[in-house]
Amino acid sequence: MRRGSDIDQEALAKAANPARIRKAPENFLGAGEIAAISGGRRDFLRGAFAAAAALGASAAMAQEAKDAPKGDEMILKPQPWATTLGQPVAATPYGLPSKYEGGLIRRQSPGLTQVAGASVSFMPLQGMFGIITPSGLHFERHHQGWYDIDPNKHRFMINGSGPEFLKKQKVYTLDDLMRLPPVSRMHFIECGANTGMEWGNVAVPTVQYTHGMISCSEYTGVPLRTLLEDCGVDWKKAKFVLAEGGDGSAMTRTIPIELVASGEVIVAYGMNGEMLRPENGYPLRLVVPGVQGVSWVKWLRRIEVGDKPWATKDEAVHYIDLMPNGQHRQYTSIHEAKSVITSPSGGQTLLDKGFYNVTGLAWSGRGKIKRVDVSFDGGMNWVEATLQTPVLSKCLTRFNVAWNWDGKQAILQSRATDETGYVQPGYRMLREVRGSRSIYHNNAIQSWKVVESGDVGNVQVL
Amino acid sequence: MFRFSKPALAQVAFLAAALAAASPARALDDFGLGRAATPDELKAWDIDVRPDFAGLPKGSGSVSDGETIWEGKCAACHGTFGESNKVFMPLIGGVTKDDVKTGHVASLMRPDFPGRTTFMKVATVSTIFDYIRRAMPWNAPKSLSNDQVYAVLAYLLNLSEIVPDDFVLNEETIKDVQKMMPNRNGMTYDHAMWPSTAFSGKPEKPDTQAKACMKNCKDKVEVASTLPDYALPSHGNIADQNRLVGQVRGQTTGPSAAEAAGKKHPVAELAEASGCLACHAVDTKLVGPSYADVAQKYKGQDVAAKLAKKIREGGEGVWGDVAMPPMADIKDDDIKKLVAWILEGAPSK
Repeated sequence: MRRGSDIDQEALAKAANPARIRKAPENFLGAGEIAAISGGRRDFLRGAFAAAAALGASAAMAQEAKDAPKGDEMILKPQPWATTLGQPVAATPYGLPSKYEGGLIRRQSPGLTQVAGASVSFMPLQGMFGIITPSGLHFERHHQGWYDIDPNKHRFMINGSGPEFLKKQKVYTLDDLMRLPPVSRMHFIECGANTGMEWGNVAVPTVQYTHGMISCSEYTGVPLRTLLEDCGVDWKKAKFVLAEGGDGSAMTRTIPIELVASGEVIVAYGMNGEMLRPENGYPLRLVVPGVQGVSWVKWLRRIEVGDKPWATKDEAVHYIDLMPNGQHRQYTSIHEAKSVITSPSGGQTLLDKGFYNVTGLAWSGRGKIKRVDVSFDGGMNWVEATLQTPVLSKCLTRFNVAWNWDGKQAILQSRATDETGYVQPGYRMLREVRGSRSIYHNNAIQSWKVVESGDVGNVQVL
Repeated sequence: MFRFSKPALAQVAFLAAALAAASPARALDDFGLGRAATPDELKAWDIDVRPDFAGLPKGSGSVSDGETIWEGKCAACHGTFGESNKVFMPLIGGVTKDDVKTGHVASLMRPDFPGRTTFMKVATVSTIFDYIRRAMPWNAPKSLSNDQVYAVLAYLLNLSEIVPDDFVLNEETIKDVQKMMPNRNGMTYDHAMWPSTAFSGKPEKPDTQAKACMKNCKDKVEVASTLPDYALPSHGNIADQNRLVGQVRGQTTGPSAAEAAGKKHPVAELAEASGCLACHAVDTKLVGPSYADVAQKYKGQDVAAKLAKKIREGGEGVWGDVAMPPMADIKDDDIKKLVAWILEGAPSK
């Protein structure tokens, strides 16, 4: 390791990191500097540093500079956080992210909806690590606004469409449900309309808006199977269940009994170690692994057991997929294998040439992710990415792949394969079957184009 | 998981039998939690209606009754003829007399047809009845009587030219309506995205069969679509939406959030924080009137106290019958500021 006295000017320049286009941590960049960067002058700060050194070279200053310790001021100069007393415990009884992380919040897509009570907010995938979504950043979709319901006033009912389906029709309180044997499982939840704005063409600039209607959490609750058995369900006669919400929209969706019988469907009260957040259905929501978010009914108040599907509004007017022949596919529910590179991604800028960890997420509603391939040339050639553990069924899987950027144009893509052998399709293949008007279930390969300036943009590649 | 040798298992079984004989303990899956639902509770919550009309309540409503209810409670969001796309997607339009005969809406086959209305899509009339009953009006769900639901649905069916002007919808005539629904033959279950075999009886094959090619996978890389430069600022300043450290930064695509916030009128922020903008916009009518319209209406009048009272206590009838809910949680001072700002034309800066 070299010591301060050995450091030459070039090494000092590297230590101060002048090639980076933003001065950390203030993130301040003047108009002139922005112009310089957008003009492609990626080395402008290095030049500015050298010019400043040359200007200051009067004899006295030179002597002074020679005697002064050389190196990074952040190391040489004692900083306030190292020389003064910090804050006490419990200063924020419920901890919050650093004030420097304020950019990574859920956001609406302007113009997508007219009223915020029936709208969507998107999760900031561009800055997330690992697979778990912090609960405060979980994407939102409400139909008639959200409520923070007093858990002691919430009731959960199980009834039958006729007397043949259940021996007992019952009402449970949260006290009842939280005494029953629980399970905790990690699963992704994705809105059926995620990436829906991009069916026909590129429409939005960043991965937050192209893919941000997805989140992944550890859920805790009681398997719905346990509760139906507690009500004496007749598994032979029961074919479907209806899940109903307790909010103004009283959201309803039909769910096949096979999923319930498998034990996968959970009546959940917990999320990431605490109770569900109000925006995510506090105090009770349904968890339907692998199936689109609209079936994960929030503020869950009722399950009805029957033998026919219900064709509710959100399975007969919305969440139906229009095909080129004018037919709508009804009851499309499973999310087929999909993946996206989250960094570098649309709207971002690479700092400089050299090494990058290209990272992203893959998921499948049919089970585990088996492999993810990444292309840097728009899908001509591919390399296999490393899957980060854990790799769980119907859960987000993080992938990473090393990349040395040579400063030239590149088009980054990722392609997921799940354990059933299903391979994520490209836009050409998907549109040949489904056209470009089906709104829902767009799982096409996403492309990010990197240009010489380091800017990354959203493009579609056939 | 514990593993027992066979003799040990036998011992455990013997012990368990002995214990069971000694004290009649409950089985561990007999939780004894929850209680029976009462008939009235079931009636209150079990309101779903299936396509075969299981669950449909008795009642009736005429087209003309529906029109009256519509104008008071529905038109503010959906438009007088259900055609509006200002707040929600249009309900009515795109359907022809011919579709009523064929049962498949022809405009769905036209890629150039702009938008899709509810009546172009829906195959089952039960869906609309069920939805209006459980979720409408948007800001007062479950407030309509069954007869009112029948009447509103009759009006919508009339607007779609499915039933005549003198039609009365009830639990019997709705069955005839089903046979005339313009897109009743427009749904297919032929896909692999339903997580069971309940519809087709067999597992379906996914509709794409991509291969994981690794080398020289195509002739050329064709970029079919790129975000136009003018669309970059549409989602604000992307630099503000990324981390300040790491391997990348966000591109500067507009004024920073700090700059933008500095310029915003403080009462505009107050209006946003107080939830006013959920139903009102500055220059567009949403659920409630636009602030520009309010300022225009009361121009030159001394109405500050009157409007403050309206915000505090709610009201209806001035701008149509959609009620403004009372705003109990806003401070008096803030209400004064809001009123002054609205009467000033709700400036953004």
